[in-house]
Amino acid sequence: MAPCSPLLTSDPSRPPRFLPALFCIINCLLLFACGNGENNVTSGLASQTLHWGNGAEPQELDPHIVTGLPEHHIIVGLLEGLVLKDPATLEPIPGMAESWDISDDGKTYTFHIRANARWSNGDPVTSADFVWSWWRALQPALGNLYAYMYYPIKNAEAYATGKLDDFSEVGVKAIDTKTLEVILANPTPYFLQLLDHYSMFPVHRATIEKFGDPSERGTRWTRAGNFVGNGPFILKQWDLNRLVMIEKSPTYYDADKVRLNAIRFYPTENVSTEERMFRAGQLHVTGSLPADKIAVYKKTNPQALRISPYLGTYFYRINTTVEHLTDKRIRRALAMAINRQQIIDTVTKGEQMPAFTFTPPNTLGYTAENGFAEDLETAKALLAEAGYANGEGFPPTELLYNSSEGHRKLAVAIQQMWKKHLNIDISLNNQDWKVYLDSVTTGNYQIARAGWIGDYVDPNTFLDMWLTDGGNNSTGWHNDEYDRLISEAAPRAKERTQRYAHFRRAEALLLDAMPIIPIYTYNSIHLVHPNVKGLPSNILDYALYKQMYLSEE
Amino acid sequence: MSSLDQNNSPEINSTKPNHINPSKSSAFEEKGSSLWRDAWHRLQKNKMALLGLVVMVTMCIVALLTPWITVYGYEEQNLVLGASPPSAAHWLGTDTLGRDLLTRILYGSRISLAVGFIATAVALLIGVIYGTVAGYMGGRVDAAMMRLVDILYALPFMIFIILLMVIFGRNIFLLFLAIGAVEWLTMARIVRGQVQSLRQQEFVEAAVSIGLGPWAIIRRHLIPNTLGPVIVYTTLTIPNVMLLESFLSFLGLGIQPPQSSWGLLISYGVETMEEYPWLLIFPGLALSLTLFALNFLGDGLRDALDPRAAKD
Amino acid sequence: MARFILIRLLQAIPVLLVVITVTFFLVRLAPGGPFSAEKAVPAEVLKALEARYHLDQPVINQYFSYLGDLARGDFGPSFKYPGRSVNEMIAAGLPATAELGLYAMCFALLIGASAGVIAALKPNSAQDYIPMSTAMLGICLPSFLLGPLLMLIFGVWLEWVPVSGWGDIPGDKILPALTLASGYTAYIARLSRGGMLEVMSQDYIRTARAKGLPEWKVVLKHGLRGGMIPVIAFIGPAFAGLLSGSFVVETIFQIPGLGRFYVQAAFNRDYTMIMGTTVLFATLIILFNLLADIVAVWLNPRLRDLYRSGGA
Repeated sequence: MAPCSPLLTSDPSRPPRFLPALFCIINCLLLFACGNGENNVTSGLASQTLHWGNGAEPQELDPHIVTGLPEHHIIVGLLEGLVLKDPATLEPIPGMAESWDISDDGKTYTFHIRANARWSNGDPVTSADFVWSWWRALQPALGNLYAYMYYPIKNAEAYATGKLDDFSEVGVKAIDTKTLEVILANPTPYFLQLLDHYSMFPVHRATIEKFGDPSERGTRWTRAGNFVGNGPFILKQWDLNRLVMIEKSPTYYDADKVRLNAIRFYPTENVSTEERMFRAGQLHVTGSLPADKIAVYKKTNPQALRISPYLGTYFYRINTTVEHLTDKRIRRALAMAINRQQIIDTVTKGEQMPAFTFTPPNTLGYTAENGFAEDLETAKALLAEAGYANGEGFPPTELLYNSSEGHRKLAVAIQQMWKKHLNIDISLNNQDWKVYLDSVTTGNYQIARAGWIGDYVDPNTFLDMWLTDGGNNSTGWHNDEYDRLISEAAPRAKERTQRYAHFRRAEALLLDAMPIIPIYTYNSIHLVHPNVKGLPSNILDYALYKQMYLSEE
Repeated sequence: MSSLDQNNSPEINSTKPNHINPSKSSAFEEKGSSLWRDAWHRLQKNKMALLGLVVMVTMCIVALLTPWITVYGYEEQNLVLGASPPSAAHWLGTDTLGRDLLTRILYGSRISLAVGFIATAVALLIGVIYGTVAGYMGGRVDAAMMRLVDILYALPFMIFIILLMVIFGRNIFLLFLAIGAVEWLTMARIVRGQVQSLRQQEFVEAAVSIGLGPWAIIRRHLIPNTLGPVIVYTTLTIPNVMLLESFLSFLGLGIQPPQSSWGLLISYGVETMEEYPWLLIFPGLALSLTLFALNFLGDGLRDALDPRAAKD
Repeated sequence: MARFILIRLLQAIPVLLVVITVTFFLVRLAPGGPFSAEKAVPAEVLKALEARYHLDQPVINQYFSYLGDLARGDFGPSFKYPGRSVNEMIAAGLPATAELGLYAMCFALLIGASAGVIAALKPNSAQDYIPMSTAMLGICLPSFLLGPLLMLIFGVWLEWVPVSGWGDIPGDKILPALTLASGYTAYIARLSRGGMLEVMSQDYIRTARAKGLPEWKVVLKHGLRGGMIPVIAFIGPAFAGLLSGSFVVETIFQIPGLGRFYVQAAFNRDYTMIMGTTVLFATLIILFNLLADIVAVWLNPRLRDLYRSGGA
């Protein structure tokens, strides 16, 4: 082999030395870029600008169309409902309504709207705004996926599903410009909880009508410059996939208490990138944190790590119409043979709570009794009783999950636990999100990963999905007594204790039959910069921007 | 590896002669095989290429023997242990579920090497033949063939994959098919470009003038002369295919956990590269080693098979 | 030449039509509709949504009304983002992707081609191995690995450049462009090395040398012409492929580009968005392949006769 002939030889017959020159250029480019010592966190402190990792590009900012958390974070800055929640207690506090009366039978609510409540264009907020907005939210053509939030209101369901044409029969009425009367179908103890969900927010009629038919999806009224809201902030900028910026609204009734000047929401889809942005001082708050980073933050930066219980349950659905899974004993055996704490310690790593009930414990004071215990001996015995002693002859069974790193790891761990503890072989199958949804809703699965986040703080949001005709049941399980307890006994209960007793009986039925295997109760896991004040943790991950500010204190 | 050679060697065997006078077939073959031997001699002199060959052969043998030489099972977990750095018990450490990384890399090599070689071979076979025919025929045939390539390029790959998955379920052979179906397109374009320019050269015109049929010209003159770029592109395609496999497997086409492949190990390793760097470094090294070995081997082959090199 | 270009542009119409037709029906075959969501969609809402987007009509009617809209340049409303039209989203995303792709391709061409040429001048020497090995790193470090790695080193540890963003903070375009370039650099380096080696042993190069031209002139004037042919064949589709290829980089660095839409639209079953990006992608493929062919002719004068005489 020829001796080394480095690029540095000055032979005139050689071509110019592109390569070293190019590397120099690139290095220079890199060097030029350095030296911007000020990052978002430091600059945000002076200008009271909050930089928020928002998880995804919002689909829309129309409260009667959207369904997601990223949209929620933006919309609660732009619009405000009749009531708000105290982030510390989650009890209702005055919002657009400064007070309200509830009739003795619990069916009639009278809201008194603030005299100084105004839209961002100066118009007063009136009771007619609510009547019109709620009419709009129930228009079938709008395709509002959260129309069911209105169903406690008298005749709302009939109107939304087209069984009733006359909106004046729906239980919502403007008594005068600042008084709104709402009549419910049944006493609904959690009704006030619903009112600060964005699907029940008012929208500005004149603006929407200016940009099209009120029931038309996706008109331009939600664009920056067009949007008229009644919340503490106004929409300043909305660049697709880049940024949504909201700025303090001067017309907000509580404007002098709002301390943040602006919030910038970034569509941080990639959780690893989001975490690095946080570390580089580009974000104040992240939407999540990769599981393997939790231990690192615990060690190096514990004050930035926020872990708090969240109103949701991670579970596996079992298709009870599949031959061998119709047997309750097998379903219970599967549930008992999972070591949940070990999964939490090694896979999810976020201090989640092992779940032995479906409704998360202490949901507004409701805690169901554990429906089962982790017990290998009983699990083996149940399996043997069902005819598969030591797992022999257990039919091929498949565990379905939607493509995602976290679900995969959990499924692999559980697959091994079932193999080790019960000696049964379960194969794994992952599908892309939409195929997975299709498989689950059409019952084309055996065991499938699932998660459920409560829409509001009440056991009902967890338990009414297992009704026989519950749209989200998908397990084929049904029980008449359960249906009676949830849809008849509980709504008629006079007292909370009595109502919760019905729920407990129903949940006991559910957990005994075990069409689902609860795995753990969700935690919300965020990174929050220590400068961020006024962001308490709660099970809804609910923030009230008007209480937040940035300070180094 | 072997399938790649089998696909190529007949052509290589029969076609290394000078371009002017290939009419006497018996003499031709004799000379051809001696040239193949020449190429082998030249390859032997290229130490880097030889090293590449040794590495590749070793890898293939180890991959084949994996089930007999590993101590742990690839699915065997130790949740209490979790992710641990390299140690005496686990030479390359363990992953977050406490599975032995060395074992998983070895089992992964079976899948990665198989996918890499088979899918690339499929792409190679289709791409070379298609590109040569299009480039040689020229005119309307070429136009029609290349527009078909345009169409296939433009169809949305993701939808295609999702449909394959739904219609046929998961299947490792579908994986080969899906990857091969994508990778042959660029191969075809590269070969066609080469052939077009070769077609105008004197030796092809000479071959036409002595009455050689198009198939013979394609087989004996055009394909061998495109081997340079083809070998180069092939060595690049193999690692690419291995990484594409990880993407498809992640989506559910191809292999299912707890099985793994290098591409999957790397993409999981990336997620935890700060906490557990060994989970990225070792699978990454395995892939890089393969890639470099393939490249030196590819370069060596290219040089050894260069029809003109003999004259130097 | 003008005629050749005109014919190719005319050929584009049937190609596009086939792509549109196949994609249109393919996406509707994939399970899971655009409106399915984690929480079951009530029947009446689904009906309203389908009526809104005309999905309640026979597919064949949908197809023809889509073609009609398309003829007027209207890609329709996005299903996933109700307030956005596909036209608007493409207009918002294309500039970032195009800019990113342009930077990346420039980096890749400059570095890749120079490395390849330098290596080819002295094969199997340090001058060959060092630049080529450097270029090879581009494939060993796929963008899903290189991106986070660069981000970690230069964004988080050294704090030289922002971690993510596009045009917000100075310097935020450097890392994504480098990341996207790396893979292409390796390809181009390999292909140009192969191409150069092929060309440098050709007779006309010997002739040029014999005439006493200085070596660098031989290389730049005569060698590059032929040596770049495989690179050109690769670059055409590669350039168009940046649209889908930049998906990973766009996601990692949060660039508001089109690549994200292109891939996500498939997962979201956002029919109109899939169609819109596919039509755009197909157009780009056709244009860049045409461009590549034109450059190939320009590089290889002998091909000109082919195009002048043939109908290609």
